[in-house]
Amino acid sequence: MIEHQTLGSKIFDVINLIVLIVITLLCIIPLWYILCISLSNKTAVDAGIVSFWPVGFNLFSYERIMGEKAFFVSFWISIKRVVLGGIVGVGCILLVAYPLSKSIRQFPKRNLFMWILVFCMLFNGGTVPWYLTMKNYHLIDNIWGLVLAGSLPVFSVILVMNFFRNLPGALEEAAYVDGAGPWKTFFSIFIPLSKPVIATIVLFTIVGHWNEFFQGLVLSTKQANYPVQTYIQQMVVTTDFSTMNVEQIQQALKLNNKSLDAAKVFIAIIPILIIYPFLQKYFVTGITLGSVKE
Amino acid sequence: MHNKKFVKHYYLMMLPGFVWLIMFSIVPMFGVVMAFQDFNPVQGIFKSKFVGLDNFRYMFIMSDIKQVFINTLVIAIGKIIGNLVVPLAFALLLSELRWKRFGRPIQTIVYLPYFLSWVILGSIVLNIFAYTGPINEFLSMFGLKPIKFFGRADLFRPLIIGTDVWKSFGYNAVIYLAALLGIDPTLHEAAAVDGAGRFRRLLHITLPGIKSTIVLLAILSLGNILNAGFEQIFNLYNPVVYSTGDIIDTWVYRAGLVDLQFSLATAVGLLKSGVSLILIALGYWLADKFAGYKIF
Repeated sequence: MIEHQTLGSKIFDVINLIVLIVITLLCIIPLWYILCISLSNKTAVDAGIVSFWPVGFNLFSYERIMGEKAFFVSFWISIKRVVLGGIVGVGCILLVAYPLSKSIRQFPKRNLFMWILVFCMLFNGGTVPWYLTMKNYHLIDNIWGLVLAGSLPVFSVILVMNFFRNLPGALEEAAYVDGAGPWKTFFSIFIPLSKPVIATIVLFTIVGHWNEFFQGLVLSTKQANYPVQTYIQQMVVTTDFSTMNVEQIQQALKLNNKSLDAAKVFIAIIPILIIYPFLQKYFVTGITLGSVKE
Repeated sequence: MHNKKFVKHYYLMMLPGFVWLIMFSIVPMFGVVMAFQDFNPVQGIFKSKFVGLDNFRYMFIMSDIKQVFINTLVIAIGKIIGNLVVPLAFALLLSELRWKRFGRPIQTIVYLPYFLSWVILGSIVLNIFAYTGPINEFLSMFGLKPIKFFGRADLFRPLIIGTDVWKSFGYNAVIYLAALLGIDPTLHEAAAVDGAGRFRRLLHITLPGIKSTIVLLAILSLGNILNAGFEQIFNLYNPVVYSTGDIIDTWVYRAGLVDLQFSLATAVGLLKSGVSLILIALGYWLADKFAGYKIF
């Protein structure tokens, strides 16, 4: 489009770019800050002189973490949870979504199951009944408690179902004519064609399990069973500086190490940063394709 | 193209998912009868005494519950508005960006906070707003006294709403950006030929073009009106700010799982779930009626 640019329009372009860069920096600087804290020496951090560059650069906090077994135990619990939760979650999501993507003619009871799912998505019994149920199932201090507690992710089921429904029907008909049953059609036609949406739900399931802390807190009776987010949550809660005055902060600082805590926080971000390029690539297409029905 | 023999395979496929759903979503739902009992863990749900609506009556005479509902509403409504307006403004700025090669890196970075947990972001936010943290350091350059940001009840709500919008505006902008791509570029060209400046095109082409998306998102956010965000507040609040920051979900957690008032906590939670269910259903109905949007 050829267009005469007025001066006002040019000024707007420059200001717009500056505003967008500032907004972008606001999203990344907090992470940079926590990294700087973790790389600074303890005295500088305690004095509050570290801002956006490490002061007295050292890797001491990271070395010290190596000696903290409890942190790695929780990290390992989170990894187990992500792997098991990913397999169970994605498997169930795909298998439930496929039949529900059929028409009522093909699957007469479809709408009944759909309503059950939607009702479960919109209504829940609340924290207390949920907790007591988990206790009755003996899922306290149990990795399967962390894997299963969230129940079937209905929203993801709907996302995948809508994606399946938008695939060309002719493909399925061709498979049927060739004598393929539902399992074969599912595995050799629908699954290979649904990579973007599968990638989306895999990544969302991983992120969801990795970030979850509340179930870890409520379903564990001892620290040794905390997933990593719960471990960090408990660590931070006990050292909330925001409501303390200077003397209280100095008191608290004698007992703990902000730089070390920051290093733990940063290590817990790393798995997300590793899968982030994949997340980035898929989630926009996954969401926009899955949420709109033709 | 349908084969009756397929149906039993469909049931088989859905079996694992529905067993999971029944055990972990539907079974706990029956626990809501506790809201109408004087529940006692020793007697269990079948033998505890029924007290009718006593828990609900008690709830309405407790003054702190009233405050908890008010806090929830104020914070949730603030978040709904912020999460509709800020992502829209961001998406519009981004679509007006002249140097398109900056668009991709900007988006990559602004999505990131959405994927980090409130445990992580909470600890970072508390550090940044700490008494000796960088924000106070910045304020001191202008001769301002340091502020105990998260130790002040009057600042808690704006901080909660602000940090929530900060976390998710990039993610929430995705839908607007998709809608903006759907606007026919020839409309802009025609308007430009007719001498419409950028601001007038924004008002008369861009905004009308995504109006239906804005309305749809607004309607669907109706269901969040009692959802002030448990994970965020749980990681940022402290007893000093309970008066403005304690919400239904945090209150239910403390009453139920810390103080073990099972029945009262369940009753409050049930009231919230019930009202939310009605509002979400209303939202879907309106979305279907006015925007032709169906979730399935």
